Amino acid sequence: MLQIFSSVMDGLLIGLVYGLAAIGLTLIFGVMDVVNLAHGSIIALGMFFLYLFFGAGLHPYLSLVPVAILGFFFGVIVYLIAVKRIISGPPLMSLLSTFSVSMIIIGIGTALWSTSPYNINFKVETYNILGYTVTSARLIAAVAAVLVTFGLYFFLYRTVLGKAVRAVANNREAAELMGIPSQQILAISFGIGTMLAMLSGALIATLFPFTILSGGVYELKSFVASVLGGLGNPTGALLGGIILGLIEGSVAPFIQISWTNVIEFVIFVLILLFFPTGLFGGRK
Amino acid sequence: MKALKSPFFWIIIAVSLLYAVYPKLGNNITLRETLVLSAIYVILATNLNLMIGYTGYVNFGSIVFFGLGGYLTLWLIGGYGWNLYAAVLFAGVVTSLLTLALGFGILRLRGAYFALATIGVNEAVKDFVSNFDKWGGSEGIFLPFSTYKSMGGAAHALWTVYYLIIGVMALSLLLSWFIKRSKFGLGLFAIREDEDAAIVLGVKAPVYKAIAYSVSAFLPAVAGGLYFFKNGSIVPEEAFNLHLSIESIVMVMLGGQGTVTGPWVGAFLYERLRGLLLTTPSLSNFHLVIAGVLLLLIILFAPGGLMGWLYKRWARVRGVLE
Repeated sequence: MLQIFSSVMDGLLIGLVYGLAAIGLTLIFGVMDVVNLAHGSIIALGMFFLYLFFGAGLHPYLSLVPVAILGFFFGVIVYLIAVKRIISGPPLMSLLSTFSVSMIIIGIGTALWSTSPYNINFKVETYNILGYTVTSARLIAAVAAVLVTFGLYFFLYRTVLGKAVRAVANNREAAELMGIPSQQILAISFGIGTMLAMLSGALIATLFPFTILSGGVYELKSFVASVLGGLGNPTGALLGGIILGLIEGSVAPFIQISWTNVIEFVIFVLILLFFPTGLFGGRK
Repeated sequence: MKALKSPFFWIIIAVSLLYAVYPKLGNNITLRETLVLSAIYVILATNLNLMIGYTGYVNFGSIVFFGLGGYLTLWLIGGYGWNLYAAVLFAGVVTSLLTLALGFGILRLRGAYFALATIGVNEAVKDFVSNFDKWGGSEGIFLPFSTYKSMGGAAHALWTVYYLIIGVMALSLLLSWFIKRSKFGLGLFAIREDEDAAIVLGVKAPVYKAIAYSVSAFLPAVAGGLYFFKNGSIVPEEAFNLHLSIESIVMVMLGGQGTVTGPWVGAFLYERLRGLLLTTPSLSNFHLVIAGVLLLLIILFAPGGLMGWLYKRWARVRGVLE
């Protein structure tokens, strides 16, 4: 019983980090209808940026700040080079252009760091709460994911810039007529989405070993989580991430770990088929 | 036969014959292996084009057909002693029927949603096969060497399989060309341009899309069976390699989507380029980067691909190379 409880708790904590990654994906889709296939490689890049700052002597959690800043500007640059020109084109174009960005990132990353695993080695406390053992890294990663999500909501609902982002997401033409510079807003949104992806990558790097190819797994998890919550809906994506984590946690004691992927993808396809707007209805 | 009068028909036949005869002349096995890969790329790209170029549905997980065909074939040959021809045909038909059933479901999704679902299907099948003990799980299936004895020894069997793969390539190109000129193809183009308008005008869009999806699965499944039979083994990572299905999209885009010649030329050029990058020591580390930059440049500046550019430059080319 206790084993199941701790497995579910572990799932919940990691699910919050999945949720953060999924918000990055879903925000970009919601604002500009672009499915960012570079998402996974950006997550991996976040892991390696953390590794670099950590290697330079910064504490992993302090390194999150420069990783976030780098992530934002990286996203803006990717938007300006690869997305801006084709944003009004058919979906194939944006899928392929973001995928080519992913190929470039993974290609450069492989040349720099090869595909062997890296990890962040720092002191981690272990707590025991009523027989449930949890590491500080897991707790802090989950708390950080929640804090970043709150920050995002504050930005989207309480600042002028955030309201402009929501306006552009709702109706780009109408927003432009109201005098909102939509190109800048789109670039900023892409930057924020990328920043969230990198942050989630950095948080995952504090928990598990990683390679430059690790992003792929989390990209697929982000797809599943954001589709669960309805593409384009940040709250849904966070809940989707939590559900995903809970599923992983609750089936882990009973079946082999390699079967969880099968379950996740079957759920993914079924949700797309029967609830294309997500479990929570959400706006299309 | 009207087709026999068209120069394009004879171009397809002539090039395929050249593929078949050329390596045999000097008994050049290295060249044969290069051409096998080239032909497989042409098969994948040409059939993928039926969905992307003709119907306007972006299938990101098309490699699932190739992998499933390979698995079914090796399982029937290795486990039940079927002969190669029966096994690949059966694999092709089963994959096609499964795809037809799947198509009626997931083709209700449009745009990015469909693309995501196809990725999901490929990953689900890959993870399932990796755990499926009957098919060897993550170890895959190996064919014993004795399998090739009934085909006159391994060396002879490899040539036979080579000719069969070239045959499938020719069939893919002919199929693509026939569909383009048929009423069915016209319906697909109408769906690509505006699905709702096409429905109003009487195109049975759900049926058309599902048939196109299913047809685009048949020859890649057969090719998968032949290819993995030639290798003698199959593992999930190789069979359902998502990367290869995206590389197929690059080939389609490179040559020009919606044309018959485009994916063909695109696949050929991509194979050459990939070979060049992988064998040049200073570039091999960066082959992914260069392929990525190339793809990005095509999308940003030449979305019509090579054929789009040719058609614009010399409009008369359109009459010969479809």
